[in-house]
This record gives sequence, structure tokens and C-alpha cells, in this order.
Amino acid sequence: MSELALKNVGMRYGDSVVLERLNLTLAPGTFCAVVGASGAGKSTFLKLLLSELTPTEGSITLGGRPLPQEPGPERGVVYQRYSVFPHLTALENVCFGLERTQGNAIFGRTWGARRRALRAEARDLLEAVGLTAAAERYPGALSGGMQQRLALAQTLALKPELLLLDEPFGALDPGNKQAAHALLQQLWAERGMTVVMVTHDLSEAFTLGTRVLVLDKVREDPHNPERFGASITYDLPVDRSAPPGAASIPHAS
Amino acid sequence: MRRLLNLQPRRPLRLALFLAPVAAMLVTYLAFSDARLAENPQDRLLPAFSTMGDTLLRMATEPDRRSGDLLFWLDTGVSLQRLALGVGLGALTALVLGVASGLIPLAGASLSPLLAIIAMVPPLAILPILLIAFGVGELAKVMLIAIGVAPFIARELEGRVRELPREQLIKAQTLGAGTWLTLWYVVLPQILPRLFDAIRLSLGAAWLFLIAAEAIASTEGLGYRIFLMRRYLAMDLILPYVAWMTGLAWFLDYALRALNRRLFPWYGAEAGR
Repeated sequence: MSELALKNVGMRYGDSVVLERLNLTLAPGTFCAVVGASGAGKSTFLKLLLSELTPTEGSITLGGRPLPQEPGPERGVVYQRYSVFPHLTALENVCFGLERTQGNAIFGRTWGARRRALRAEARDLLEAVGLTAAAERYPGALSGGMQQRLALAQTLALKPELLLLDEPFGALDPGNKQAAHALLQQLWAERGMTVVMVTHDLSEAFTLGTRVLVLDKVREDPHNPERFGASITYDLPVDRSAPPGAASIPHAS
Repeated sequence: MRRLLNLQPRRPLRLALFLAPVAAMLVTYLAFSDARLAENPQDRLLPAFSTMGDTLLRMATEPDRRSGDLLFWLDTGVSLQRLALGVGLGALTALVLGVASGLIPLAGASLSPLLAIIAMVPPLAILPILLIAFGVGELAKVMLIAIGVAPFIARELEGRVRELPREQLIKAQTLGAGTWLTLWYVVLPQILPRLFDAIRLSLGAAWLFLIAAEAIASTEGLGYRIFLMRRYLAMDLILPYVAWMTGLAWFLDYALRALNRRLFPWYGAEAGR
């Protein structure tokens, strides 16, 4: 397991500064929830961790090495929408990563015994997220909650060192959301990967996170709102040993 | 009384509303045809349905006196072959260009503006060039159809590829796919049903180019026949041929739609909507 470290990271587009002076070290196995108002740069922050964007300042390291310049299998991601491939069945969606990484560069797939082993592995993952019965169904025929569980299984198949979640449960109703929380917590406890979850739901952040970061602007220029970017204004450890409930949630402001 | 925009016709009324204008057209035709034929039994402009049936039957079952061919089937076969070759060639080229342009920014930088310009060239205006370059044989006609439909399909597919959520492309990379495997396993399977749709939409234009090419340089084919028969005012052949071509076009459209539903059951019910 590897440590994620940001040193003085900043992101600007031309004159508009989105993020500035981000300093952060996440111990392996941390569940880090990132909250902030709309436009505070949460999505940009996640894109930096995915290498979808390259920071204009500072450096990001994963396990002591600079973050790869392009997205790769060492990092997994689950988005709020479009996380699974609509043209593949649930089982094929979970197989996707296994096939592509175990196959060669030309065909990107496997045959025979290896393929059977890989499909068995995918079926186990589907079982772990409670989708065994839906293995042959297309995502379009699954509910929103099922799709997000499928996305988790698909991403975890490659055992990423770093799991990135972009408002993964934002579109779910309360019941489904709670079930998804329980599942995610269980998967995280079993596998111990580092998780960074961006959310605008404060209670979700404190329910799941072992560490909650708040992104906000430290400095404001009323005449030029884009002059300063957001930074980490609060970095709150959450005490997991206390029984879950409001008692463990510190007041942020 | 409900508002007009909220009134839904029930089944029998729906059928009646569909049939009424069709029946009206047929009755009008019959009335005019009968009136003209009563005045002059030799009239060629509005032939009776029986005459059209006889002519079509003769074309379909009696060998031509000069060549010995069954002209109706010969025309149909030749025209459909040209259409299939032209649309097939055009669609395949368009698939390669459109996907490359939509997925790979470096390819798009040169292809995208080029396609936009080429799509503006009126295909019929370059028919003379094609006739000079490829002769009056089959190739020129196939090329006209291919060149006529390819830019439209390519631009359509380029747009469809760019519409694929960015998230999917990132996701594919985090699952170990590079450019080639993303193209092969993420983009292409999702673009194929859209290709079929684009082909369906371009069939109208393809028929236009087919008939134009056959009218100008051909010795057989559905378009050739109706333009040949125009000289003899042979409406008893032209009208059934037009109806036959309409039927063929409708069937092709239907078949492509059915194929899309069959091959891509997930299409139209994607996740994340």
C-alpha cells in the first residue's frame, strides 16, 4: 500500500486560479472525504489525482513516485454517472479491467482456462456487491443503486492502490444510499485501499471518512473572484473507534 | 371538450385517419384516369391499374425480346447491387474517418475541417469528374454513391464519438486499456448502432445518387429504365417502378432498424440517463 502526497499543488487556467497551495499526506488505507461548496474545485482536485489534469504547480506522488501522467490501473474511479459501459452486461463490465490487463496489447482479451478463471473472479466480485442475479443484464436495465454497486465491483477488480470516488452516491435515494454506504465501508475494510471521495453531502463525508477535508477559498478578492483559488481550509480526523453517530462529528465552523 | 393537443386517437380512429388520405389519393387517381381513358382509350398519362399490373407482370415474367433477360429482376438486382456497394464502401470509409477524427485529437485536427469542407461539395456536380476518372462503367456509379454518403456519415459518427462521455474514456484507461483497446472495446461497439442509424438516414440521398447516375450513364437498372421509358410516356411502367423503389427503400429502412434492435439490445436504453 502506498502513500499519497501533494506538495504545494496548484491549478490555474490562464488567469483564473482554481486550486492553490494544497499540501496533504494521506497514510495508506485512509478514507478521505473531500467536501466543499460548488465551484470550490472538488472535481478539479479529483481530476488532478486521476491525471486527467496536470497541476500547474507543485507535485503529486503516490508511494514516493511521481503520479503517472495518464490514468492507469493503479488508480480506480467511480463517477456519479457514466461509470459503467452501457454496451456490456454486468459480468462483462466487471471482466473489462481483468481482460484488458491480462490480455496482450493487440487483442486485449484472454481465452480458455484463463478466461474461465477471470470470469469466476468477476462472478465473485458481483456476488460481493450483491449483483449475482443481474450478471447477464445490461446497465440500462439496472437501478441507479445497482449501477453504482456494479461500478464499484468493476473498479475493485483491478485492486487499485487508490480509489477515487466522484459523488458516487449523489443520485441515489436515501435507502439505496445507506445500503451503498454500508457496502463501500465493508469493501474498504476488507481491502484497505486508500480512498478519496468527493462529495457535497456533509453527513456522508463524516459517516464514511476517516479524514474529512474542506476545500474553500482562504483569500477573497471581491473585484476579481478568480484571482485566488481554493485550498484546504479544514483537515478533520474522524474518530472511528467511537460508536457511529453524531457524537463523533466535530463541528466544522 | 379537451384541448386539441391532448386528444389521442384510439386504435380504429388512428387506422381510419391513416387510411383516409391514402384512399382519397387512390380514388382521385382512379377518377381522373377513368375520365381520360373514357375520352381516349390510348391515353398514356394516367393508365388504369390493370394496365400497370399487366406491364409489370410482363417485365417480371417475359424475357426481353432482344436480350432474353427478365428486365424487372435484372434492373432490381443491378440497382440494389450498386446501392449496396456504394453505401457499403461509403459507410466503411466514413466509419474509419469519423471514429479516428472523433476519438484521436491529432487525427481530428486535420480530418475535422477537411470533412466539413468536403461535405459541402455537391456530389452530383462531381459526377462528370467521376465519369472521366472511372469511365462509364460500374465503378463511377458506385463511387458517386460512396462519395455522396461518406462525408455525411463520417461527420455524424465523429459527432457521436465526441458525445461519448469523457468519463468512459478515462474509466477505460483506469481499467488498463490504451488507445487501441479503448477504440476496439469501448468506442467501436457503441458506434456501430449509430452507424446503422446514419446509414438509414443517408439511404434517401443514396437512392438519389443511384438514380441520377443510372439516368446519365447506364444500360440497365431501375433508374435507367424509368428515364428510358419517359421517352415513350410509358407511365404504365414508370409508376409501378416508382412504387417498387419506394417499397425497396422502406424495406431497407425497416431491415436496418430491426437489425439494430437485434444486434444491440442495450442501444436506446443506456445507463446514466
